[in-house]
Amino acid sequence: MSTNVHSEYIDRDTGKMGMWLFLFTELYLFGGLFIVYAVMRSKYSADFHLAALELNTMIGTINTVVLLVSSMTVAMSLTAIQRNQAGLAMGLVFVTLLLAGIFIVNKYFEWGHEISLQLYPGTEVMKTLPHGGIIFYSLYYMMTGLHVLHVIIGGVILTIVLFKLKSGTINREHFLLHENGALYWHLVDLIWIFLFPLLYLIS
Amino acid sequence: MENHDNHIASYSLNWTVLLGLLILTTLSVLAVEIHLGAFTVALALLIASVKVTIVMTYFMHLKYEGIMLRLMAGGVFLLFAAVIVVTFSDYYFR
Repeated sequence: MSTNVHSEYIDRDTGKMGMWLFLFTELYLFGGLFIVYAVMRSKYSADFHLAALELNTMIGTINTVVLLVSSMTVAMSLTAIQRNQAGLAMGLVFVTLLLAGIFIVNKYFEWGHEISLQLYPGTEVMKTLPHGGIIFYSLYYMMTGLHVLHVIIGGVILTIVLFKLKSGTINREHFLLHENGALYWHLVDLIWIFLFPLLYLIS
Repeated sequence: MENHDNHIASYSLNWTVLLGLLILTTLSVLAVEIHLGAFTVALALLIASVKVTIVMTYFMHLKYEGIMLRLMAGGVFLLFAAVIVVTFSDYYFR
């Protein structure tokens, strides 16, 4: 027994379960922030309503649509690789990455606008807002900032998936990384599906 | 290793799911125009919950996964709901 044979035993079910367990922790990460938001909102509902009027619902809606479409394209890329259509899979992952880029650029313009109005923690303008308004903006930047960080992380993961699709490391038989990367991307979408109404659609 | 999930989602299923999600998004944006007071929030969150369920069931493939994953995912959300209930109960009765 001189040779050490490294056998690639990839248990797809267990690997997927591990990813889901991680996703649950991410859900609670954002869930905790949602609870803070919910309690603060019930306490300062008028201030929250006023502060939220500054947010651009159009960009928020566009971002929602962008992420929903990107969820579809990444799900389709999984179908493609399982059907041995590597080229199509690569194209779909690339489109997903483009949509991620659009989301990030939108976020840049959105934050840029608010920052240009001096509506961020620490400014003199912020100090003129009622207490609830200050809390709203703190939560807004924290939640959307943490979310866009996850968008970037998801983008990095999917870029790795793209390269592995190109090299053939991910193929019809071995696509666990692709599957898990797609799951992470869906989580990013899930979080935004909740963030959008909470922040942008307050009556 | 036997993978009980050998179901490959069709492209048309993916398109259908997206269409449903876009319709729900439109509904939630429009719903804000209707002034139902406190219930507008509840409606928006309800629509968001439906969207999340759809994404998890179809895009994240939970519909075709084993019972274990479905129970875990369901359990996680139930636990989260319980935490919200407890938090607000505590807060309102202070």
